Amino acid sequence: MGDIRSYTMNFGPQHPAAHGVLRLVLEMEGETIRRADPHIGLLHRATEKLAESKPYNQSIGYMDRLDYVSMMCNEHGYVLAIEKLLGIQPPRRAQYIRVMFDEVTRILNHLMWLGAHGLDVGAMTVFLYCFREREDLMDVYEAVSGARMHATYYRPGGVYRDLPERMPQYDSSRFRSEQDMKHLNAARQGSLLDFLEDFCNRFPACVDDYETLLTDNRIWKQRLVGIGVVTPERALELGFTGPMLRGSGVEWDLRRKQPYEVYDEVDFEIPVGTNGDCYDRYLVRVEEMRQSCRIVKQCIDWLRKNPGPVMVDDHKVVPPTREEMKDDMESMIHHFKLFTEGYSVPPGEAYAAVEAPKGEFGCYIVSDGANKPYRLKVRAPGFTHLAAMDEMASGHMLADVVALIGTQDIVFGEIDR
Amino acid sequence: MSDARDGLLECLRDRFGERILAAHRKLGETSIDVAADDLLEIMTALRDEETFRFEQLTDLCGVDYAAYGQGEWITEQASNAGFSRGVRGNNFARLGLTGIYGVDTIETNTGRRFAAVYHLLSVTHNHRVRVRVYCSDDNFPVVPSVIDIWAGVNWFEREAFDLYGIIFDGHPDLRRLLTDYGFIGHPFRKDFPLIGNVEVRYNEEKGRVVYEPVSIEPRVLVPRVVRHDSRYADADGPQEDAGRG
Repeated sequence: MGDIRSYTMNFGPQHPAAHGVLRLVLEMEGETIRRADPHIGLLHRATEKLAESKPYNQSIGYMDRLDYVSMMCNEHGYVLAIEKLLGIQPPRRAQYIRVMFDEVTRILNHLMWLGAHGLDVGAMTVFLYCFREREDLMDVYEAVSGARMHATYYRPGGVYRDLPERMPQYDSSRFRSEQDMKHLNAARQGSLLDFLEDFCNRFPACVDDYETLLTDNRIWKQRLVGIGVVTPERALELGFTGPMLRGSGVEWDLRRKQPYEVYDEVDFEIPVGTNGDCYDRYLVRVEEMRQSCRIVKQCIDWLRKNPGPVMVDDHKVVPPTREEMKDDMESMIHHFKLFTEGYSVPPGEAYAAVEAPKGEFGCYIVSDGANKPYRLKVRAPGFTHLAAMDEMASGHMLADVVALIGTQDIVFGEIDR
Repeated sequence: MSDARDGLLECLRDRFGERILAAHRKLGETSIDVAADDLLEIMTALRDEETFRFEQLTDLCGVDYAAYGQGEWITEQASNAGFSRGVRGNNFARLGLTGIYGVDTIETNTGRRFAAVYHLLSVTHNHRVRVRVYCSDDNFPVVPSVIDIWAGVNWFEREAFDLYGIIFDGHPDLRRLLTDYGFIGHPFRKDFPLIGNVEVRYNEEKGRVVYEPVSIEPRVLVPRVVRHDSRYADADGPQEDAGRG
């Protein structure tokens, strides 16, 4: 028998299981990991510095591109921080719309996570299933904002526009038969809310499907149970948030503990794990999808009954409508000022956090009274999770790294920023 | 994200007294300034003592206050420079001291230029606090590392070191985190140009990637403007500047 020497191995940045551009330098002893050193920053775009050079509103679009699978939640954190500094509060209807879209986003994110995680660990089918449902939610995004992913829909003071009365439908083409068209457009006859409601009725059964494929699957359990165990105390110390923290058994959810918008008015439960391993985190996230679906339903009911404005009426912050602008001199001036200079935010500092699908997404803004933030710090949940990779991976096998990356729900847009 | 307890500020004042250099509660957030020398002791107390119990460090970030409160769109009298006075103005917040337009000087050693800002969260009591530490030497900013108090601060300190050049004394592995291998400078400092100093491309002849000075020009579409807007004057009492000023 020869000696087994430890050696160093490069994982990524070009690796299908690296979820983007993660470079992991692994010190191996045989197939066991002794030390994992993630090298990040390959997707660093200096979003925070760019934001310092732009008026507040022009950076909302950058927020979408941070965690590019939970777009609107990022916008939400940023917009909340600005609103806090400005001291404005969006109308109730806008708050409900935001909550609804936060939860739609959570489902979107968790579907992406489940699909990718399954694929990494060897379950191909669930990926296809997840993306099927994801497509519907992307259509919802598109219907409301015009973009499938990078919506820029939330604005300080509300949301950009009200929900559309009509859900866009598929056009006929030579690649689609009459029958297909009928099938595709069946749920799209009414408004956006009708479509979403139909989705919410369908979706729990879809989650059941995913669970049938995975939850009791022997291979799935072999790959996840007992992998990457984190104790609750350690999880707090390491700065874990979101499902990573709840998977370890800490019942901490900003939606419940520090409610923002109208989360204190909707009914939902917080799933909590017990063992703090990958399998528990999987169960937590799957249950979160069901709970999100519940919240979306409640929001739909409320939104149906309560029409109203979706933006505050303060034209120092929110541009007037096109019609007003053409009719009224003062509105014209407001419009001009807002689009050439933007609004100035009073000096001070604020930290606003939302429960993004991955954990606590926070924005810390320092303002010196200018029309651009003096300093914007984005607190991305994935950042602290990946920082703990070394601790979680040490002692595990090489193949478990893939499961760990999956369970941490790594997205590089937010980690590198 | 208001913290649940209004009395937190008083508790902090009672406990630490003179060692809190500044404290305020605004917009529902409590924040205190402490000296770098007291940091470790205060942070340990904040984590361990029953009144505080800040089990988690949510965030740490560096801030460079060098250009705080400086606008680009300033004029004392009628000018015929129009838009260009905001665009071609010499402002290091945008272009960098070292750039071709750089003429502004940064006040040397105010001791208030760099700060590390910590956001702490207590899961037990459901409250947050913000702790700010100014680095006393602008040319060699040093703050003690709190990595022994919260292990999760590891990458946050590396990031602040990378982007602002703040040295965290006691950090076991203070390497650059986000920037390129072999990167020079600290890009989030206000005297670092937004467009950077070098650009990268693949050189066909040399058959490798080469670094060259940037070829693009900085372009400003909206000048930075500071307005002391009376609308907000009575909103939250007189606003005092968070940094120097």
